[in-house]
Amino acid sequence: MLSYQTPVKKSARIFTDGVKAGIPIAIGYMPIALTFGLIARTTGLTFMDAVGMSVFVYAGASQFMALQMLAAETGAIEIIIATFIVNIRHFLMSASINERTVERSRWKKAAMAFGITDETFSVASLNRDKIEAAFMGGLILMSYGSWVIFSGLGYVVGASLPEVLQKSMSIALYAMFIGLVVPSLKKERKALALFILSAILCSVFSLFIPFGWAIVAATLISSVTIEWAYGRLMKKEGEAHV
Amino acid sequence: MFSSVIWVILGMGVVTYIPRMLPLVAIKADGVPPFLQGVLKNVPFAVLGALIFPAIFTIQSGSLLHMTWDDFFFGLIGGAMAFIASYLEWNIIFVVLSAILVLTVYSLIL
Repeated sequence: MLSYQTPVKKSARIFTDGVKAGIPIAIGYMPIALTFGLIARTTGLTFMDAVGMSVFVYAGASQFMALQMLAAETGAIEIIIATFIVNIRHFLMSASINERTVERSRWKKAAMAFGITDETFSVASLNRDKIEAAFMGGLILMSYGSWVIFSGLGYVVGASLPEVLQKSMSIALYAMFIGLVVPSLKKERKALALFILSAILCSVFSLFIPFGWAIVAATLISSVTIEWAYGRLMKKEGEAHV
Repeated sequence: MFSSVIWVILGMGVVTYIPRMLPLVAIKADGVPPFLQGVLKNVPFAVLGALIFPAIFTIQSGSLLHMTWDDFFFGLIGGAMAFIASYLEWNIIFVVLSAILVLTVYSLIL
């Protein structure tokens, strides 16, 4: 009896784990989505357009950028190209998740791909050894739900949170990123090296190129360099022991 | 004024979804050479470094070139609280809430 009930129970439990892991993202998205809804309204978008953008695009930085560009009456093609450039960083995250997922169904993979953001990627990567579709499902339900609902609410209410809270809550996603990564940085030298190198590179690159590219370039260069350096180090240590 | 906004939105949706979807659907995980596998496993730690820095210091201004002292101290204090809390291995919810709380107090005092 136990053996035939276990699979269902197990995936339900993994889904619940995903929901729980999504709580800090839901909190962190709230002030940003409220602001998005508010600015969308003042920019002159309809309620349908504002919520529609959160439903179909679901990528914060590019949505704010699109509002700015719409307000400046930029052409559709320019807005779409700029969106592509800002969001291309998700390509790297998707490739990294692909390396770690145990999901084999292409349809499920295509579905969970829609929910890959900086935040869901970070939470999934640092919480799970093997990333299950059920976990991503719970995680995306929370984060996507928060993003869409608070976008709409920001539009309807036409106001964000009280100013002090709005400002202090803007730290939430960064605090979450720190909370996710610090335990690994304590344990693993390699993780620490990757983190520091990439942070420095991104800070320098951000002076010269848009942030989407700065993240891509910093991530790629540090991931390759550190992998190569560790390969050499391991080889040397191996030889020293012979 | 924005009758064509829905087309912009759908276009944005398509170009955002493609990079998210392609690697997951098109790459066979066991066809990736070992070195590249290692690189992809490094990505989360590198991404987090790049997502936190320099952005945590430029929440209001949006770029290092326009960063203010207010911006800098805001990120420093919130980041330090989150760092201490996570170094002590608090639950992530409390890491987030403690950073928000400290900055609320900081903003009220100033």
